[in-house]
Amino acid sequence: MSFLQARGVVRAYGRTPALRGVTLDVAEGEILAVTGPSGCGKSTLLHCLAGILRPDAGQVTWCGERIDEWPEAARSRLRRTEFGVLFQFGQLVAELTAAENVALPLLLAGTGRREARTAALTWLERLGVAEVADVPPGEMSGGQQQRCALARALVTEPRVLFADEPTGALDTLTGEQVLTQLVRLARQQRTTVVLVTHEPRIAAYADREVTLRDGAVDQSGLGLDAPVPGGHR
Amino acid sequence: MNSEAVSTQHVLLGLLARGPRHGYELKRAHDERLPRARPLAFGQVYATLARLQRDGLVSPAGQEREGGPDRTSYALTGEGRAALDRWLATVEPPMPYVASTLFAKVVVALMVADAERARAYLIAQRRAHTERLRELTAVKTAPAAALDEVIAADFAIAHLDADLRWLHTTLERVADWHREVHS
Repeated sequence: MSFLQARGVVRAYGRTPALRGVTLDVAEGEILAVTGPSGCGKSTLLHCLAGILRPDAGQVTWCGERIDEWPEAARSRLRRTEFGVLFQFGQLVAELTAAENVALPLLLAGTGRREARTAALTWLERLGVAEVADVPPGEMSGGQQQRCALARALVTEPRVLFADEPTGALDTLTGEQVLTQLVRLARQQRTTVVLVTHEPRIAAYADREVTLRDGAVDQSGLGLDAPVPGGHR
Repeated sequence: MNSEAVSTQHVLLGLLARGPRHGYELKRAHDERLPRARPLAFGQVYATLARLQRDGLVSPAGQEREGGPDRTSYALTGEGRAALDRWLATVEPPMPYVASTLFAKVVVALMVADAERARAYLIAQRRAHTERLRELTAVKTAPAAALDEVIAADFAIAHLDADLRWLHTTLERVADWHREVHS
């Protein structure tokens, strides 16, 4: 049974098509980069795979289940338990401290307050930001915020982490440090990662790369079926 | 990638600045401090030392015999120290020429063949660059990666990344460029 797959996924925003029939397999434990120029549909694909958006046509299956057919409540539960999501801007809750932000998914899943806080502190420590545990996001640097957001995405020990331009708002060095942590932790925990990025340098952290172009998988992407250099048409 | 020639002379002067060493030690220190540098052959170390001695930048500082061949160690002279300081203080010219085989190859492809030929080359090169980028990124993210290795890999990654950006944009422009070359 396949782990996570998209079959002929179509999705439009009003009359503007974003995905025109994307078929894609994500293997368990792999780090897959989805790349392509701005507007190619890569974020929309991530949202469909993560069950945030429903495709207009096509299927998204997770361990053999058609999650695109699930009601919102069931998809929301899936995102709280099996999936973790990390966006370009951490999207932390401004009114809560770092530890409270990280504990949130556990509290929503019914974990006790004390246990959730302990787990949150462990993850903040793993990501090297234990010192901001009791600080609200507004008083943290961008790198600290993104590390907290990563801790929040991983605290439930999800089976898949969806990361949409996770270093887009960070300077080069901080971005690389966050990404190195993400990759090391994912490999340690055997978490599957779907990493959306437009930067080749970031995509290189993945095991494999799929390129989208105008809402479809670009077959010439990395030249897997490229004409032999020197060959003539 | 641009492969500007590194001045082996100055690197060896730098390695001698911390005290006299013989050829074998210099070769080892070079490989340790400059990981991923173009390999430095023993012959090149000795030839460079001979040149440095001829120019008065280093001088023999003793011999050592440990059951093997003689090993002459060399020390930096005052003149050598001054040459090293001048080199360190000199700003390198920032890309004075576009000396890239990648660039030249695409131009020649456009002259002798069609845009498809250039495209095929660009795509294949982009794939090779991407694979190398991934290898070097794996070196960096390995849990035990030493900072020496990370910084050397970073240098290569930054340059591959720049090449990749150029390959991407040139792929988009290759048809127009071909028309211009043949107009």
